[in-house]
Amino acid sequence: MVVEGIATLTAARDALAAKAVSAAELARHHLRRIAADRTGSFITVCEERALAEAKAADAAIAEDGQRGLLGVPIAHKDVFCTEGVRTTCASKMLEDFVAPYDATVVAKLKAAGAVLLGKTNMDEFAMGSSTETSHFGATRNPWDLGRVPGGSSGGSAAAVAAGLTPGATGTDTGGSVRHPAAFCGISGLKPTYGRVSRFGLVAFASSLDQGGPMARSVADLRILLRHMEGHDSRDSTSAPMRPTGSSGADKPLTIGVPSEYFEDLDSGIAAPLEEAARTFARLGHRLRAIALPHTAFAVPAYYVVASAEASTNLARFDGVRYGHRAQGVDSMEALYRQSRGEGFGVEVKRRILTGTYALSVGYYDAYYRQAQRVRRLIRQDFLDAFAEVDAILTPVTPCVAFPLGSSEVEGDPTTLYKQDAFTVPASLSGLPALSIPCGATRHPLPVGLQLIGPHFGEDRLLALGEAFQRETDWHLRTPPAVAT
Amino acid sequence: MTSVNAPANRATAWESVIGLEVHVQLRTRSKLFSAAPTAFGAAPNTQASVVDLALPGVLPVLNAEALRLAVLFGVAVGGEVAPVCRFDRKNYFYPDLPKGYQVSQLDEPAVRGGRLAIDAEDGPRHIELTRAHLEEDAGKSLHDAYAGQTGIDLNRAGVPLLEVVSEPQLRTPAQAAAYFRALHTLVRYLGISDGNLNEGSMRCDANVSVRRPGAPLGERAEIKNLNSFRFLEKALRFEIDRQVETLEAGGVVRRQTLLYDSARNETRPMRGKELSDDYRYFPDPDLLPVEVTPAMLDEARAALPELPNAKRQRYASEFGMTDYDAGWLVADPHVASYFEAVVAACGKPKAAANWVMGEVAAALRRDERAIGDAPVPPAQLARIIARVADQTISGTAAKGLFETLWRQADATDAEAVDQLIDSQGLRQLSDVNALEALVREVVAANPGQVRQYRAGKAKMLGYFVGQVMKASRGKANPREVNSLLRKALAEP
Repeated sequence: MVVEGIATLTAARDALAAKAVSAAELARHHLRRIAADRTGSFITVCEERALAEAKAADAAIAEDGQRGLLGVPIAHKDVFCTEGVRTTCASKMLEDFVAPYDATVVAKLKAAGAVLLGKTNMDEFAMGSSTETSHFGATRNPWDLGRVPGGSSGGSAAAVAAGLTPGATGTDTGGSVRHPAAFCGISGLKPTYGRVSRFGLVAFASSLDQGGPMARSVADLRILLRHMEGHDSRDSTSAPMRPTGSSGADKPLTIGVPSEYFEDLDSGIAAPLEEAARTFARLGHRLRAIALPHTAFAVPAYYVVASAEASTNLARFDGVRYGHRAQGVDSMEALYRQSRGEGFGVEVKRRILTGTYALSVGYYDAYYRQAQRVRRLIRQDFLDAFAEVDAILTPVTPCVAFPLGSSEVEGDPTTLYKQDAFTVPASLSGLPALSIPCGATRHPLPVGLQLIGPHFGEDRLLALGEAFQRETDWHLRTPPAVAT
Repeated sequence: MTSVNAPANRATAWESVIGLEVHVQLRTRSKLFSAAPTAFGAAPNTQASVVDLALPGVLPVLNAEALRLAVLFGVAVGGEVAPVCRFDRKNYFYPDLPKGYQVSQLDEPAVRGGRLAIDAEDGPRHIELTRAHLEEDAGKSLHDAYAGQTGIDLNRAGVPLLEVVSEPQLRTPAQAAAYFRALHTLVRYLGISDGNLNEGSMRCDANVSVRRPGAPLGERAEIKNLNSFRFLEKALRFEIDRQVETLEAGGVVRRQTLLYDSARNETRPMRGKELSDDYRYFPDPDLLPVEVTPAMLDEARAALPELPNAKRQRYASEFGMTDYDAGWLVADPHVASYFEAVVAACGKPKAAANWVMGEVAAALRRDERAIGDAPVPPAQLARIIARVADQTISGTAAKGLFETLWRQADATDAEAVDQLIDSQGLRQLSDVNALEALVREVVAANPGQVRQYRAGKAKMLGYFVGQVMKASRGKANPREVNSLLRKALAEP
């Protein structure tokens, strides 16, 4: 088997197991593609290290055969700490920061034998929906290099779509795995809050952040998830759980379709969603209209909660112990002001200011407390719905990938915040949600669908996704611009 | 101009209102949210883990032992222990606060209410507690270590503290000091803190205001970081005088934070430490609420030792001890347990109390030792007391014997006492025949003094006792000598 024919992570693993390809060949192939990359998916490429890891993997495979992710190349969103490789969060603040430890997710994937190709681009500190706020420059969408890949895990999504890596990690606070997965035509999962350890994941909003797998197929996601999840004693919000199964049961389910997510939906998105609903019906599932009445309040509640948490999570970047430190300052206040003023980009500053305001005396009740109340109502909407349905089908994004720079033209950041309208409700509720490609515009640009499940219902979501992908081939389509 | 008796006049015209916030360092092996050790005195930044350094991506995990100690305190003071323990972030920027926020408890402290018995000069009373909450300590800024620069030591960052807040029910500096002392005693009884004031294990912030009796509360000032009972009392005295002088001169007391300068005995405003007065408290999303189960409460109740007040009452009733002596002995749990061990071994509470409060305390003070490593263990002291009681040795010999044993710390068993009595020939001369011979000699040798005595100068008896003791080289049993002398001198 030639390396070029290996499209998915599952195929790569099977080829390694069959000794049809070596880990070194796989690593070299992907490193070559990264070297020729025009999407700007990577911030840091670990060439030597990847080749060394691949060599070790080949030796281990020769000894005991392939197991786990032995020899499978992956990439990490540059928000996961990696010992010995810089972790920048796409910020000038952490441009040269090298953590002395691995994030739990990184350690687990390393222990499973995965070969680390490098660290992928993202919106600065994971704040954004276009991967344009990166200090290292924007990532481009492999389907149209003039368009954004979505965000904030845009580097990971573009890298998978462009065939630079068979799988990658992402993080999702308000949609940062699902949104770029939809824009780039790949599969992405935001697990239940607490399934994947947050230790070593540089915090944006602690009560929402969740690491998740990104790959071509849902079957790939399942493999990655099984090596990312698990209770971690170093993360107090990590949950005890039953591990994800190696395959999901294929039984008829009731899928809820909430009307709030389809009002005024762009026809380019609506048509593929309707077709997807018919596919699920054809697979034997029942579709039922449901109501999630507080959906409209999710975006404002999300931006208050997430910004409030971010404003204090990012207080540690003060120029005192690590990270960017302003030069030539003459007072403590100036050290803080200038280090942070120079180190953070515009969107990060905006959210710090928003969050600081929301937590201030006199505004706390009107903003933070109120947002938490709304959050409970939204969660209750879902809990009520899951009393009647097994999963919920919605669009992922209100539109397909938009041109680079277009979100700034408006001058109003809330235009971009509306990109998160369909993804933040599940985030606020801690629910697992899957984003998979289900069609394309005539351009062609990918369209994604979202399946939201009950808490710890990943197995069910993955089974639905796997069944859908047995019926469709959207996840296997390759962007014309990067097909080689 | 202040007249000499002005303070006395003031004292009657003004009332001071004092409330204390005491930060008690909990005795845990590791920090409140990290596995780094808490031992005192290590080289700077050697006891700070990646969590204490607040590196990107690290997360806190609650130390269960710290929570257990807070629950134990709550049960001991009769407070209401929160069924769910929640943590909040207190946000402010300072270089020794690595995260840019301190994890503390705002709305739901681990303990609400409870009370503490104090014993001030004006009598015993109970002071109610407002709350006691868990929080992490900050690091230390070293402003003088480097010229033009500030050093940061994060060894203390994340050390678990229990902040105990009193109601403003203290009325005098002496009461405040008595409260601080009582809390110090309690936490050491509970074993929840080493209470080491010199190492900063207990630090007190005092809120104080003055008013005319019956008037509404005056504006208060907060004196920060007092780490001795004496300084607390002196700082409060100074600050109360300052406030009264200000008000009597027609000025106003401003709300402010003060530091006490013990060298000059004055308080002065602190330079602004925090950049903001708005701490933007909110629930820490990294720490989920922790349940305090009924089983944890039961466990705490079962683990409660005999508390200082109960012990004091028991000493009075069981040993017939004065309240002062009982209070002195129970103030330090290690002293009390030493004392009880001596009593258990010799059955002489009065003598044991005299020894512990006298010779033992003096020797500890002289050598700057803790009672835990007193070179004369309870078993030896008990044997010394027993040998005095059975008249084997005299009280004077006993004191010398105690000193010898104190200096030669290698022999720590009770048998060493008897061996020393023999080897040093300390055994008291109680043999009546031998003593009679000595008495006869002394009486015969001092006819003039005998005449004086018989002429009614009873005080001369002491002279004769001294002469007999001298003749016996200090070994004569003074009680026997006394009675033999009286008999001998009475004979015409």
